Amino acid sequence: MATVQGGLFRSSIGRKYFMALSGLFLCLFLVVHLAGNLQLFKDDGGKAFNMYTWFMTHNPLIKFISYANYAIILLHVIDGILLSKHNRKARPVKYYKVDQSKSSTWSSRNMGILGTIILIFLVIHMRSFWFEMHFGNVPVLEYDNDGVQYKDLFTVVDAAFGQLWYVLLYVISMFALAFHLYHGFQSGFQSLGINHPRYNALIKGVGTFAFAILIPALFAAMPLYFFLK
Amino acid sequence: MKINLKVWRQANTQSKGDFKDYTVNEVSEDMSFLEMFDVLNEELVRKGEEPVAFDHDCREGICGMCSMYINGRAHGPEQGTTTCQLHMRHFKDGETVVVEPWRAQAFPVLKDLVVDRSAFDRIIQSGGFISVNTGNAVDANSLPVPKHNAELSFDAAACIGCGACVAACKNASAMLFVSAKVSQLALLPQGQPERYNRVQAMVHQMDLEGFGNCTNTGACEAECPKEISISNIARMNRDFMVAKIAE
Ligand code: HEM
Ligand code: FES
Repeated sequence: MATVQGGLFRSSIGRKYFMALSGLFLCLFLVVHLAGNLQLFKDDGGKAFNMYTWFMTHNPLIKFISYANYAIILLHVIDGILLSKHNRKARPVKYYKVDQSKSSTWSSRNMGILGTIILIFLVIHMRSFWFEMHFGNVPVLEYDNDGVQYKDLFTVVDAAFGQLWYVLLYVISMFALAFHLYHGFQSGFQSLGINHPRYNALIKGVGTFAFAILIPALFAAMPLYFFLK
Repeated sequence: MKINLKVWRQANTQSKGDFKDYTVNEVSEDMSFLEMFDVLNEELVRKGEEPVAFDHDCREGICGMCSMYINGRAHGPEQGTTTCQLHMRHFKDGETVVVEPWRAQAFPVLKDLVVDRSAFDRIIQSGGFISVNTGNAVDANSLPVPKHNAELSFDAAACIGCGACVAACKNASAMLFVSAKVSQLALLPQGQPERYNRVQAMVHQMDLEGFGNCTNTGACEAECPKEISISNIARMNRDFMVAKIAE
């Protein structure tokens, strides 16, 4: 049997490892991001949220992780595009009649479209908050005379979430995220070879209830809460 | 019963095919789908027309030849069956049935509904075997195999190489086929010496043949006539990772 050389990233399965590792890392990121942003629901005029954002932009370890996070999103997107292109090439002549509804879920067949909606969302989302926070004109204030100048991102969020189109964008994008993760979370484990009759139901359950329902619902609740407040 | 057919006709690999409509009268509901095609072909021959070329051999669901994409599904509407095991009672009188060849870059159409599946043979040639010097056959019970492994290996070995997984996959991926062949040997003691080389060689050949990637939709498992599980794909992914790390 001949030995085979070849880069991991050039093999079909290697590319799936990168897709799965980056996707599951992003799932972990979502949990942390959600936990932090839940401060928005505190009825304290934004104090807890602004202190949290100050921490997030000043801790060197968090800064490092956030840059790693941007790189991982980029990796996930580029790998996703490469895989989708490769897959399209594998069937140059399409079927006249296709009925895949009985053999696979809608989510699993539309990961690319769902991912693209998430990507568009991410660009707008980063422009509104990340860019404003770093390069915009965000007013500063002080809490408890601790000498720290806190940027008032809470007011920026409050203003953004007062616009109907912005709220709609959020809600639609969170639906896309929900369906992306309904398939994606369990798919990531399968790609890494983690498939065992004892744990499959658990993985599917966490993917469905935590990642496809709870997390997107809580994210979508934020703009709705501010809009209706 | 009467069946209207919309069948893909293509003279050879180079020519541009097209659909042709036929009506087959006096179809018995006890006929298999292939027997219904036999009736059509006899009529075409009588009329001096070219019969529809399609692959078939055993007609009892064990050889894997009868590739037909029927009404948008590999081997038609029934689960766990090949086209030769599909009976006409699953169709309605007067129904229009669309029949296409497997569609994949790696499976070029040879004629009408016949596709070239030699890509699968080349994948097997790249590593789907064990290397032993022949001699006397050893006594079967001298090599202990845990029952659980024997069963999983046997399940994987049920793959008949029909290509329905490729046909059903939205990406025309051959992962279910390759993983069944990898697993079948990876689960047995005889497969161990070449285990990690094998998985790399077979995946490499699969990629060279131009099959698509796996999105884990599970369509392959759902349409497989032998109901091969995608847990085999997970096993292949695991073995491939171990092989790459050990390299
Ligand atoms: C927070 C954002 C995101 C998370 C948490 C996430 C998570 C995941 C996970 C866990 C998978 C499964 C990986 C696998 O099957 O092995 C996946 C697949 C995929 N993602 Fe994302 N994703 C996100 C954003 C995006 C974006 C922005 C795109 C843009 C193109 C994208 C495109 C894809 C595609 C195309 C697949 C399927 C790849 C395949 O199996 O062929 N995702 N994602
Ligand atoms: S003809 Fe052999 S499996 Fe159908």
